[in-house]
Amino acid sequence: MEKRATFSNRYLPYALLAPQILVTLIFFYWPAAQAIRQSFMLEDAFGLSSDFVWFENYVALFKDPSYYQTLWTTFVFSGSVAFLSLSVALLLAVMADAEIRGATAYRTFLIWPYAVAPAVAGVLWIFMLDPSLGMVARGLKSLGLDWNPRLNGTHALTQVVLASAWKQISYNFLFFLAGLQAIPRSVIEAAAIDGARAWRRFWTITLPLLSPTTFFLLVVNIVYAFFDTFGTIDTMTQGGPAKATETLVYKVYSDGRLGGDLGGSAAQSVILMIIVIGLTAVQFRFVERRVTY
Amino acid sequence: MVERKGALARILPHLVLLTGVAIVAFPVYLALIGATHESSVIANGQMPLTPGGAALDSYYRAIVIGPSRTTREPVGTMLLNSFTMAMLIAVGKIAISLLSAFAVVYFRFPFRKAAFWMIFITLMLPVEVRIYPTYKVAADLGLLDTMAGLTLPLIASATATLLFRQFFMTVPDELVEASKIDGAGPMKFFFDTLLPLSRTNMAALFVILFIYGWNQYLWPLLITTRDDMQTIVIGIKKMIVTSDAITEWQIVMATAVLAMLPPVLIVIVMQKLFVRGLVETEK
Repeated sequence: MEKRATFSNRYLPYALLAPQILVTLIFFYWPAAQAIRQSFMLEDAFGLSSDFVWFENYVALFKDPSYYQTLWTTFVFSGSVAFLSLSVALLLAVMADAEIRGATAYRTFLIWPYAVAPAVAGVLWIFMLDPSLGMVARGLKSLGLDWNPRLNGTHALTQVVLASAWKQISYNFLFFLAGLQAIPRSVIEAAAIDGARAWRRFWTITLPLLSPTTFFLLVVNIVYAFFDTFGTIDTMTQGGPAKATETLVYKVYSDGRLGGDLGGSAAQSVILMIIVIGLTAVQFRFVERRVTY
Repeated sequence: MVERKGALARILPHLVLLTGVAIVAFPVYLALIGATHESSVIANGQMPLTPGGAALDSYYRAIVIGPSRTTREPVGTMLLNSFTMAMLIAVGKIAISLLSAFAVVYFRFPFRKAAFWMIFITLMLPVEVRIYPTYKVAADLGLLDTMAGLTLPLIASATATLLFRQFFMTVPDELVEASKIDGAGPMKFFFDTLLPLSRTNMAALFVILFIYGWNQYLWPLLITTRDDMQTIVIGIKKMIVTSDAITEWQIVMATAVLAMLPPVLIVIVMQKLFVRGLVETEK
């Protein structure tokens, strides 16, 4: 896709590109290159000199059981966030799509959590789930559950999942609703005439036709859980207790901040970059497919 | 639908949706209530579900004085910082993306493709994966605790450039030819024809980017150390002291409400633009 009518000017296009290219070079490419370089270096204890050590940092990382624990936590965390927020959003979108009055009003009431900062979402949920003052925590305790996210890793992970999924419902709801409204009524009506009940229609027609949207949202939700939940985790649990809520991004942050392991932190960054590249590629393949359909 | 519906089938969607809305709104409702009670009531874990009488005091102390026991900056300053940061990020992103998309679409020059790909690849380098090296660059440039340091590294964005590129492609070629016949140069065409046509796209993108900027957390956390440079999203985290006897929860909740208000209002008031922006940035 190219324009036929263009302007010709020798220097102007470079001047127009300059601001963006400059910011990109200084704050994207240079740091990314530094991360890659650092991941192959080992600093001495005083940070005075550093040696090129090939893949030592990576080998150390993959020998470290705590890295696998973080990997597993990230996997469980993003899977739960995606599953929870996608299923709630789908249920609500199907209901809103069911030709009821006030669908736009419901939409207004459901989309605003998108605008709440992840860190603020964490604060709101802490206020509900804190074992000593939270209202919901009190409810859980009165039901006989020994709710204590400060000591119990599963409880801590649960509360971070809840806060993160809560924020993502609105996004998923919007896209599911748009996807549902794009399904031709005639297809569903034809099935209804053939005698398929609502439940069967949903499983055999609506859900398969919605699968491109679902797949797209799945990728978006995983990217969200990986990278955009830092604020939620930092306000709620700081990765604890005993690293039970430490995701890959949080580990890069905490390993580098304690100052010690710059090479290891850089190696983790590089692995994260590879994950982003993979996820972006999947996302774009999907978008291309959708365009050609 | 072809089937006739019973009373239950007609009411069920409303019931489910109302429950959904209630669950989604509950955390915010509690925050609104929390801001109206004394801290002692909250700390006991005895907060009722109805508003108390301390609202004015909480908001006044939050905005003007700041939580006294942690001696932080008042939230008024934080709000101003957040607003400046969000505006700079949104306007900056839109400006540099408009210019670069214009260059890529309307000119033929060596390295055009290379420049486009260079911008495109930044999609794959979110701040989260390059935090410490980026921090070091910002520190070396003397940008710690400055607005420039807070906003510049977040300003480059492939998404906005891609969006404007896509839109410019749909602008009819006749407009370029017509303005050439009128003797207009490229910049005149850009300002007089292209910008007015891009207004809706710019507005939709602005809504999304303002929210993006306002809600930033990790980068401001690293780059700001001075209290008077703090944004509200960072400030609220620092109000929560680990031993919860000291945390003044009514102030924290008032601050949470203030932190949510601007972006949530934008989403509700500009709902159409917001939905459009959201759908377009994901293409």
